[in-house]
Amino acid sequence: MTSLKIKSLSVKYGRHEAVRDFEENVRPGEWLCLIGPNGAGKSSVLRAIVGLAPHTGSVTIDDTPVKSRSVRRRAQLVAYVPQVPLLPDSMTVHEYVLLGRNPYVVGFSNESREDFMMVEEVLRRLDLVGYSRRELSSLSGGERQRVVIARALAQEAPLLLLDEPTSALDIGHQQQALELVDRMRREHGLTVVSAMHDLTLAGLYSDRLSLMHQGVVAASGPAESVLKAETLAEFYGVSATVHTDGDGTVVVIPKRSDTARGS
Amino acid sequence: MVTTAIFQRHWRLPAAMLVLLVAVVVGASIGPAGPPAWRVPLELINRLPLISFDSGVTSTEWNLIWQIRMPRVVLAGLVGAMLSTAGAAYQGVFRNPLIDPYLLGVAAGAGLGATIVFTVNRAGTSSWIVDPLPLTAFVGGLGAVALTYLVGTAFGANRSSATLVLAGVAVTSLATALQTFILQRNTDVVRQVYSWILGRLSSATWSDVRLVIPYVILSLGALLIHRRLLDVLRVGDDEAKALGVNVDRVRLIVVLAATLGTAAVVAVSGLIGFVGIIVPHAVRLVAGASYRVVLPVSLVAGAAFLILADIPGRILDNPAETPIGVVTAFLGAPFFLLILRTRQVAE
Repeated sequence: MTSLKIKSLSVKYGRHEAVRDFEENVRPGEWLCLIGPNGAGKSSVLRAIVGLAPHTGSVTIDDTPVKSRSVRRRAQLVAYVPQVPLLPDSMTVHEYVLLGRNPYVVGFSNESREDFMMVEEVLRRLDLVGYSRRELSSLSGGERQRVVIARALAQEAPLLLLDEPTSALDIGHQQQALELVDRMRREHGLTVVSAMHDLTLAGLYSDRLSLMHQGVVAASGPAESVLKAETLAEFYGVSATVHTDGDGTVVVIPKRSDTARGS
Repeated sequence: MVTTAIFQRHWRLPAAMLVLLVAVVVGASIGPAGPPAWRVPLELINRLPLISFDSGVTSTEWNLIWQIRMPRVVLAGLVGAMLSTAGAAYQGVFRNPLIDPYLLGVAAGAGLGATIVFTVNRAGTSSWIVDPLPLTAFVGGLGAVALTYLVGTAFGANRSSATLVLAGVAVTSLATALQTFILQRNTDVVRQVYSWILGRLSSATWSDVRLVIPYVILSLGALLIHRRLLDVLRVGDDEAKALGVNVDRVRLIVVLAATLGTAAVVAVSGLIGFVGIIVPHAVRLVAGASYRVVLPVSLVAGAAFLILADIPGRILDNPAETPIGVVTAFLGAPFFLLILRTRQVAE
């Protein structure tokens, strides 16, 4: 299992500072969830870890700085699912999942037998075998999300980064996708860092939440300590009730304002 | 079963090769002069090792076939293969199906180079051992692309492909403007320059073939080994990077290789339009969009296409030939509109 250490990470796009002095220590096998309002810097943190955002500070995976690794080696360690993955219309599910094996293909050769077997294995685990020849454009939203996760899993990276993995899905498929990630995490010992908007789901599936606001971490810890009505009001500007279920699930319910209710 | 899915399209390459063989034989057989067309295939078989019979083709006629028609067929094949493969590769690295190999200014630069040769002193160069025209066109083409790259990377801080394409547009306009300016002052060479620009294979010799072949082989080789990586690029720069591809390096190498090959063939054949768009798209329609298939099949099909497209030019308006560029444009323009209509097929 893989640990992730981030020290004084700052992300700048031109003069705009998206993330400032972000510190984090993700334990092996932990699921950390970044929450926070739009523009808080969640995606930028994920993009910096995978090397897509210009940043300063250090990102260390298993005690080796990411910057000292080759692009290919880094891709063997970190799998990244962007908020809106680009799915080429006429590509088949099998071709797409096979892309996840790219970090293991040496030089200008082709995928090996093992690579093809790994893809078949992933398709089997995710119940996608029947889809392998389907074109990506013919899939529904839930199927697409599963295929994207399949590609990330085919990458066999111990660290999985998910940017809003459920934002385009209905409540049933949200649960399905997160259950899938959770199952894979347990079965393969993955370390997961995700950015999410649904606070209840974030608290439900992750081990720890990190609330970001304007590029800085405002609060961090287990769901019951981060998801408090006052905290949410301060950083999201939302008026909400936080309710804890009998099993410890923290539920966030937005409140309708009294004036609206009165009219 | 799943493993074989990706190999199922492999019959397309042998099929394309068969078409190419037919195109070569037809190309060698048809022409305004020489022996009856049906005798030529017989003679070609006769020329194979270990086979000998009388095909009724005299040695003078064979000379005509070998010295006049064959270089033309081979050159058409090389040019067609190069433009089609370069077109497919450009479409891959820029993720835009409507891009052709002339995108970054090769054509305009080569045209400018050729115009300069024609205006400076074309008659004076006739005694030179090496014709400076292809060389100047080659240098002009490469120079224009180098300028495009400099401008595109200097102003596009993140080196996005869009800035490069826009720089190509600007450089093309600049080169065309310079060319027009020069032509305005030398109206006597307008006809020669335009006939060069429209493209010609009619004057092809074996020395033209020898001139381009090293560049074409080098370029095609470099493009073909990148075909799997072009498939990874289909998911976009960011995701390709996250999948371990050095996107900037791959794009640079592919663009350089495609440009080098294109500049070389433009230098000997002039500007033959639409080949780089028609062929890869036709290939995608029958063989799918994976670059592992599109690149090699486009190479072979492109060679066959241009050899065949060169044939009507020999017969129409005989003995004054129809330029090959006009033939491909006639075929290409309607095809281009068809692609625009059914763009989703080509991703």
